[in-house]
Amino acid sequence: MADAPPMLEVLDLARHFDVSRPLLQRLVAREGKRTLRAVDGISFAVPKGTTLSLVGESGCGKSTVARLCVGLYAPTAGAVVFDGRDLAEARALADQRRRMQMIFQDPYASLNPRWRVGDIIAEPIRAFGLVRTRAEQENRVAELLTQVGLSPLDRVKFPHEFSGGQRQRISIARALSSNPEFLVCDEPTSALDVSVQAQILNLMKELQQRLGLTFLFISHNLAVVRQVSDRIGVMYLGRLAELAPAETLFRRPRHPYTRALMEAIPDLDMTGRERIPVGGEVPSPITPPSGCAFHPRCPLANDRCKRERPEMKPAGDALVACHAVEEERDDAMPLPAIARDAA
Amino acid sequence: MAAAVRRFFDSDLWWSFTRSPVTVVSAIVAAICILGAVFAPLIAPHNPFDLASLNLSDAFKPPSWEEDGAREYLLGTDDQGRDVLSAIMYGARVSLLVGLSATIFATLLGVTLGLLAGYVGGALDSLLMRICDIQLTFPSILVALLVDGVVRAVLPRESHDQIALFVVIFAIGISEWPKFARTVRGSTLVERNKEYVQAARVIGVKRARIMVSHVLPNVIGPVLVVATLNLGLAILSEATLSFLGVGVPPTQPSLGTLIRIGNDFLFSGEWWITIFPGLALIAMVLSVNLLGDWLRDALNPKLR
Amino acid sequence: MSNTPPLLEVQNLRVEFPTRRGTLVALDDVSFAISPGEVLGVVGESGAGKSMTGAAIIGLLEPPGRIARGKILLNGKRIDNLRYEEMRRIRGREIGAIFQDPLTTLNPLYTVGKQLAETMTTHLPIGPAEAKKRAIEWLELVGIPAAAQRIDSYPHEFSGGMRQRVVIALALCAEPKLIVADEPTTALDVSIQAQVIALLKTLAREKGTAMMLVTHDMGVIAETADRVAVMYAGRIAEIGPVREVVKHARHPYSAGLMASIPPLDRRVERLAQIDGAMPRLSAIPRGCAYNPRCPQVFAKCREDRPDLIDAGTTRAACWLYATEAARG
Repeated sequence: MADAPPMLEVLDLARHFDVSRPLLQRLVAREGKRTLRAVDGISFAVPKGTTLSLVGESGCGKSTVARLCVGLYAPTAGAVVFDGRDLAEARALADQRRRMQMIFQDPYASLNPRWRVGDIIAEPIRAFGLVRTRAEQENRVAELLTQVGLSPLDRVKFPHEFSGGQRQRISIARALSSNPEFLVCDEPTSALDVSVQAQILNLMKELQQRLGLTFLFISHNLAVVRQVSDRIGVMYLGRLAELAPAETLFRRPRHPYTRALMEAIPDLDMTGRERIPVGGEVPSPITPPSGCAFHPRCPLANDRCKRERPEMKPAGDALVACHAVEEERDDAMPLPAIARDAA
Repeated sequence: MAAAVRRFFDSDLWWSFTRSPVTVVSAIVAAICILGAVFAPLIAPHNPFDLASLNLSDAFKPPSWEEDGAREYLLGTDDQGRDVLSAIMYGARVSLLVGLSATIFATLLGVTLGLLAGYVGGALDSLLMRICDIQLTFPSILVALLVDGVVRAVLPRESHDQIALFVVIFAIGISEWPKFARTVRGSTLVERNKEYVQAARVIGVKRARIMVSHVLPNVIGPVLVVATLNLGLAILSEATLSFLGVGVPPTQPSLGTLIRIGNDFLFSGEWWITIFPGLALIAMVLSVNLLGDWLRDALNPKLR
Repeated sequence: MSNTPPLLEVQNLRVEFPTRRGTLVALDDVSFAISPGEVLGVVGESGAGKSMTGAAIIGLLEPPGRIARGKILLNGKRIDNLRYEEMRRIRGREIGAIFQDPLTTLNPLYTVGKQLAETMTTHLPIGPAEAKKRAIEWLELVGIPAAAQRIDSYPHEFSGGMRQRVVIALALCAEPKLIVADEPTTALDVSIQAQVIALLKTLAREKGTAMMLVTHDMGVIAETADRVAVMYAGRIAEIGPVREVVKHARHPYSAGLMASIPPLDRRVERLAQIDGAMPRLSAIPRGCAYNPRCPQVFAKCREDRPDLIDAGTTRAACWLYATEAARG
């Protein structure tokens, strides 16, 4: 699978936002410009037909990466390469743009409340001129609604007549309507109840198999990510901490942050084990800590971690940005319980 | 069609309408004012502009219930012997025409500019909003007076009467667009970041199309409220301008003109010439404003 | 557990929302009890009525919602029919409330120290000096570093996780006997969530405080609760010891809910899912509300609504556990 050519390649990608206060206030308070480094130099590739997931806590920049990968934001530095072409160049061509689509988090905000479901799903079909007649369009919409488990009769209804899970199905139908090959999914199930989340995850996996889709999947939920991913990137404060095949990541997480994240997940099996939560909170991406951004919370941090920012280096079949792993002193931090149980 | 009608009478809007007696009364008053104005040529007892039918001996007749009143002049007559009731109906026609046109003009201008400012953002947004800020520091009647004065000075005197109506409409409209622009800009800023707009951007829908077909339908609700409230204001502005003598030409007297003319006779005892047009103006503006207030509350989900 | 008299008792609670299209029943026949020192978890999908139950107990139902039937007893005294002022006093002194969004609880205009001290002087027989001392102690207890300095900070000067800790301190400082916590960790990131859960658990245990913990996160319940109530369409579907409900759920809905949680320790090809969606309040089906989605449905379920009945170690509102005769 890893041998498949990349559908999407991200090279040293960065996106900064100007979050300065208005000029007048800035002058009064005598402060300079402030930059939020939402994404600060990350690289990865998504081979065709596979799923790469990005996980991390709020503010780590994963949603910004998602938007950069479909061209909703332009990169500050670095590049996004879509099937061999620079993204900006690819997006200028309708037949390339057609190949990428996005599914959003909020099923209430992602559908225009004033449009009928049929029109919502047909928008990409019309935008790319994929059908010639009105009848063809209606057939296609009916087919898509059936494909995502809704009734063709639903096309005349408005979004507010549906539950959250059903809306997310409509969102998926809209994304599929242009016959895309690459789907960016930004927390597609995090606004849904758990029983409905299972429906949507099953549907997405089914569609991937049937249509050979490539997914970039964004989530904060490690358990969800484990179910859908081939490879997983763990993000912290705009950078990748670790990038590894899914099984490797869960069997032997290397980065101290990955381990902390896994340890923090409540234990449903009630083994009664005590968890040692990592202390502290995610620092502000406007004033990130020096060196490795995780060092103030890291049990393995030393002087080098405070000074020098770690780069992604191979460790087994993973890539890890950690001095402790590079120096092979990561055994000082115990593996999280999940990984211990698996080993 | 029948289904649409049924849906309307089953809607929350209609339900909240029927639950508010003040609103129902306002709607009835507004309907009387509007129908009276629109159908004035058909239902007015006299034609105040038909010089042949005027009789100076009928001048200054008090309302019919007064001692000297004549039954055919319900609300009395003015100095020319014109029937006050008919004059009010014809005057309301002019007032309503100017108010509606000015509001439509302000709405179109304000919605367009507000949508552009909110969606495009950046320098265009700053520029448009600063213009709004500056204009809002002047009372709108002052802006209208200024525009009116400039246009009159620029155009030759002969053409004044023909275009006076348009000048008034333009002057009032231009003085009130910032309210619409601000409302629309605020809602647009919220809508443009919603995910349905991003979904359209991902497939490369053109900016103008997103603004018109996605954002516009979702920001238009508050505009209806502002427009309704503004209609009352526009009618009042027109009345003020006409009262000051810079509004509509005397050949097409509006309610404001009638009040001004009547004002000359107020202290000589012929109070009805100015009081009745004044009451009509109040009834019209108040009922429209109350309807606007109700619409605002009914459309605000937080107050429901 | 069962021989201590309950601290909180909810009996046959019914909450209605009169609307123009008829009365919606948001909660119906909800009964449970919480003993001192016990944590009762309340889970369910959004709209199942779990937050509504919490709101009814603390007397903060959103109008036009109202308690139409049933009783709520705190220490044997009815609190569901008190006037607003009396309830407000009880809310500070005897029941502490923690909500999902800390900003709704904290007053942005006062320092956290002042808010803590004021709560204590209102409800406890202590003076301002003592209150200030205790405020610092509380901030330390909930894990706010440099508490003595942070006491004069305003809520907006704290990060999300720290703010939620302040809210917890505020809910606990008047030493209430019961805490109603509605999604207290949902707005927080996992690593912070773990810290806050650990904190709540320790405090409840040490102070002997009873807690009603409302959340949609089964992991949080599994770690924190002693007993758990699963709600569906405004009723309790199953209630019992947490281990029993999580591992051996009796009610087909709770079983389905547990099964649909994606496992962390392995990858499965297809997750167990419950088809369909929870009915809207305006369209709750006849019989058992879960019957259209239930894989084990039979004739009786479509006709009559089951009450909670003993189902081994838990109680479940399900005809599967009724006697042959009752099943019809």
